[in-house]
Amino acid sequence: MRKSRSQFRLALSHLKRSRASMISLFILLVLYAAAIFTDFIVPYAYDDEERLFSYAPPSRVHFFDDAGKLRPPFIYAKTIELDEYRRRVYREDKEKIYPLKFFAKREKYKFLFLFGFDRCLLGVDKPARIYLWGADSRGRDIFSRLIYGSRISLTIGLIGVSISFLIGLIIGGISGFYGGGLDNFLMRLTEMVMMIPTFYLMLSLRAAFPPGLSSAHVYLMVVFILSFVGWPGLARVIRGMSLSLREREYVLAAKTLGVSDIKIILRHILPHCSSYAIINAALAIPAYILGETALSLLGLGIQDPMPSWGNMLSEAMNIVQIRFYPWVLLPGLFIFAVVMAFNLLADGLRDALDPLFKK
Amino acid sequence: MIDMSENLLQLKEVKKYFPIKKGLFYKTVANVKAVDGVDLSIGQRQTLGLVGESGCGKTTLSRIILRLIKEDSGSIYFNGRNLCAANKKELRQIRKGLQVVFQDPFNSLDPKFRVREILKEALYALEKYETSEFEDRAVGLLDQVGLGRDAIDRFPYEFSGGERQRIAIARAISTNPKMLILDEAVSSLDVLIQKQILDLLLKLKDELQISCLFISHNLNVLKNFSDRIAVMYLGKMAEVAPALRIFSEDNLKNVHPYTEALILSGVRRKVSLKGEPESLLNIPSGCRFHTRCPYRKDVCRKREPALELKKNGHFIACHFR
Repeated sequence: MRKSRSQFRLALSHLKRSRASMISLFILLVLYAAAIFTDFIVPYAYDDEERLFSYAPPSRVHFFDDAGKLRPPFIYAKTIELDEYRRRVYREDKEKIYPLKFFAKREKYKFLFLFGFDRCLLGVDKPARIYLWGADSRGRDIFSRLIYGSRISLTIGLIGVSISFLIGLIIGGISGFYGGGLDNFLMRLTEMVMMIPTFYLMLSLRAAFPPGLSSAHVYLMVVFILSFVGWPGLARVIRGMSLSLREREYVLAAKTLGVSDIKIILRHILPHCSSYAIINAALAIPAYILGETALSLLGLGIQDPMPSWGNMLSEAMNIVQIRFYPWVLLPGLFIFAVVMAFNLLADGLRDALDPLFKK
Repeated sequence: MIDMSENLLQLKEVKKYFPIKKGLFYKTVANVKAVDGVDLSIGQRQTLGLVGESGCGKTTLSRIILRLIKEDSGSIYFNGRNLCAANKKELRQIRKGLQVVFQDPFNSLDPKFRVREILKEALYALEKYETSEFEDRAVGLLDQVGLGRDAIDRFPYEFSGGERQRIAIARAISTNPKMLILDEAVSSLDVLIQKQILDLLLKLKDELQISCLFISHNLNVLKNFSDRIAVMYLGKMAEVAPALRIFSEDNLKNVHPYTEALILSGVRRKVSLKGEPESLLNIPSGCRFHTRCPYRKDVCRKREPALELKKNGHFIACHFR
């Protein structure tokens, strides 16, 4: 006998056949892994600054020295001169060679918040500094800050979406299942939230919080703001779905069996909205990432020195910076890649989950 | 009528209007009179076949009995208890005795549930079971409806329509009901499967000693199944009679004209009725059937006939029959 396969497994095997979504999934997994193992991957702490190296360009990794001899990978030390506009010009000092070191020493940190550790994947000895992707205005390593920033920018999407989907599913499910006056009340409430333009709602919610919060508080606040703005759209759709699902005969059969309302909603209504919810969640995550970016870009979100992709981008608001130090735009590239990946993944998920409805 | 205490189910003057609301203030502009004053009774271990065109209120009536829709007025007694006055807790207990099999087996089983989970939900709704006890009970139920033990781990989509209907029946009898409502339970199946399911239902009816309310738009399906037949037309009973009286050929002139037309259409003679049934929104004055009745007279247009006992437990709502 053929083995029975659940819808989930069918969908998964379908998803595996979509190349774009598998690549997206891979990119996202790599980024999320980086976010988890940040401390080990990066050579410097996010607030480790060296003003001397303001806007230092990405360090070139060499394999051959000046004499043309093959060596293990290394970088040269940098010397600084000023040009006629008094801008810094970095030159490589061919005398001083700093080999790249695996498991190099760095500042002490708590690995995975568990135990102290002071090694990182790749680094160089002091006093040289390795800037894989260049430095920002204060000489902080952009690579390190980007990876640190991913902790905030990537988790804010997931947590925000889970919270707002929880609200949306509960309100939509109840509203559609019971209908009548309760439905009317909840839906008008939802529309009131939807009515306010999202961005101004975010700004005014931000204004409700006092300035000078700790970075953890700010993080929670941004999550709260984004999920508060995000739930109404989903609630409306779930409401519509459960309105039609409650007339399904298996729901009626469950009612005649005496199954309680809450169990019917949890077992028969919401699981049938799950395909839609999953697709929608994958599509919504980019909106949360962009929302955080927008708030932080304006200086209303995550505060310096704590990095997030949004507040790192605020350095790239000036045309001069982009002209001379294009690497400050890197966070933008990452935002683009993540948003793109989530959208492609959502696309693949939709195709994977859809055929089940047609069956 | 028959004595109340003997009847398992007793409906009195049950009405359900669905208001049509329009405008800003939801003013009621019209009523869909889906069930417009229905009296009905079903005795212990008896089967009543309820027949009528689509849209005549059969399903609404069944859902009112199942307490899925609340009636506007009237009373329903089941097993001596008033369903309309029961609170939520009492209702859960009463529901054990009153189960349903729906028309579309593709819709009545949750596609995300395995058969095990479907039966689990039914059995655990009111009682607790040990795991092994549950397995035995579930396999027993599947056996009763003619499905093998291996069905338990499969999903509904892996079964044919007939098999699904068997699962739905297994679910319905899992609570040891006193009464089954079969809402067009075989209408969506093809003829051979229909026969199998009807045989199964007949067998179960005898074994478990349950009464049935069998709703169908097809008189022939009800022929071998029912003790009595009730004919519904536009939200009201046109006729309630012992099955034998309806299905005896020579009795054609002693039944309601609408029933006559239904029987004639079943034996493939010429189409005997013209026109569509009137809308429940706009029920004709006088006799509801007069717009399509071949025997209509002036009085039919003016006065509505009551459902009267003619003879031998045969009730007809007609001035001339």
